[in-house]
Amino acid sequence: MSRKVILCRCEDVTLADVQHAVKLGHANVEEVKRYTGFGTGPCQGKECLREVACAIAAAAGRPALEMTPFTARPPLVPTELSVLAGSETE
Amino acid sequence: MTAEAAAQQTEVAVIGAGVMGLAIAYNLAARGQRRIVVLDAHHLAWGASGRNGGGVRQQWSTEMNIRLMQESTEICAHFAEQMRINVWMRRGGYLFLARTQAAADRLTRNVELQNACDLPTRLITPADAQELVPELDVSPFVAACYNPTDAVVFPWPFVWGYARAAARRGVQIRTGLPVTAIDRRGDDFVLATPAGPIVAGRVVCAAGAWSPVVARMAGGALPDRPVRHEILSTEPLKPFLKPMVSDIETGLYLSQSLRGELVGGVSLPEEPNPDREVRMGSRLAFLTRMARGLIKLMPRLGSVKVVRQWAGPYDVSPDGNPLVGELPGVPGFYVVCGFGGHGFMMAPVVARHYAAFLRGEPPHPFFEAWRASRFTDGSAPPGAGREEMIIG
Repeated sequence: MSRKVILCRCEDVTLADVQHAVKLGHANVEEVKRYTGFGTGPCQGKECLREVACAIAAAAGRPALEMTPFTARPPLVPTELSVLAGSETE
Repeated sequence: MTAEAAAQQTEVAVIGAGVMGLAIAYNLAARGQRRIVVLDAHHLAWGASGRNGGGVRQQWSTEMNIRLMQESTEICAHFAEQMRINVWMRRGGYLFLARTQAAADRLTRNVELQNACDLPTRLITPADAQELVPELDVSPFVAACYNPTDAVVFPWPFVWGYARAAARRGVQIRTGLPVTAIDRRGDDFVLATPAGPIVAGRVVCAAGAWSPVVARMAGGALPDRPVRHEILSTEPLKPFLKPMVSDIETGLYLSQSLRGELVGGVSLPEEPNPDREVRMGSRLAFLTRMARGLIKLMPRLGSVKVVRQWAGPYDVSPDGNPLVGELPGVPGFYVVCGFGGHGFMMAPVVARHYAAFLRGEPPHPFFEAWRASRFTDGSAPPGAGREEMIIG
């Protein structure tokens, strides 16, 4: 069942992928992000972070409240290079 | 039982579980060294080993660096098979672009030397470069060079691969455990950590941009400084870009990963940083400069979306060359730092020779060329042996 539950739709990361990562010792959100690639697609984790954090907590046998989110990376939404090139800030 | 009695006894303590520290631990264990512990304040791939662009190139300007990187690239090419982990290595080559005659002359000299080392680099015209990458606007460039055997990898699996292989050989890897003080007890070192002291016969500091802080704890000093470098990643595109492209004068580079994303960076002018803090925040100024540079280099990229940016520290020495060997004034304490943004690609080969040296084998010549003591004993003539292909 967990092999077919997709948690991160951008990068096709399943519940089984997250459980496998935890089994290998990647027991927090930052490490599981790196191991599975979850949260690195167009939504940057905005859709899946909560679900993945809960899945990590469940697999690691820890309270979900102990999970902290990964560092949010700019830009807030995928942004065209031509828009960024027009910024006044350089 | 007293706290002293509970201290963990080790023969070698490596500080820094980045690719360099883990690869040294792995190579040491493979050569029979026992009782190795690797300590890191954070988790694996947290520092520069998890933040770099994954470039692995052999185009350098000194024979030693060319030959070292030939060996390192070979290790990378067999890494997946030997370590049983996918490293997403793609040998699409590296294309360097020169805007001025002076830069073109440098490339010409370097290509001759690289060819003498059996590297198949070719000096090519801007038109040839455009044939390799049709999307380029080559009008600002006067010359280029291309080596088809350079590569791009995904950095993180190298960290995990070395960590697992080291652990299988008995190396203890303790992440999330900062070293807070280093004291001497006889010939040994006592490393204080929140989980109690660790006693080590020898210490290897592989803490990258954090190395000067670690060296100070040990009563020494290192002259390297952290310089923030930023990278961005775009949405995935169909594969179109074969080589890593690097504009040697602006320092802008980009490649396409096997996931289809464009990954690239460019250096901003070095910011004032008197306290030598490691800064890893993201700046809009980088996005702006990178976006402008990319659109000039490849005008068709204007509609491509950036999904993410991040920063990591270059660990830069005063002459651009690394710092290795014993920390001056602290016998038994070894450093391996100051790689200036090239530590990831050099780690496989440097770690192999570093471990051999620590096991008592004759030192590779880089121990002389890059000796940390050159800045304390006055033996470093400014500019001597300077590597020209330090980009970014």
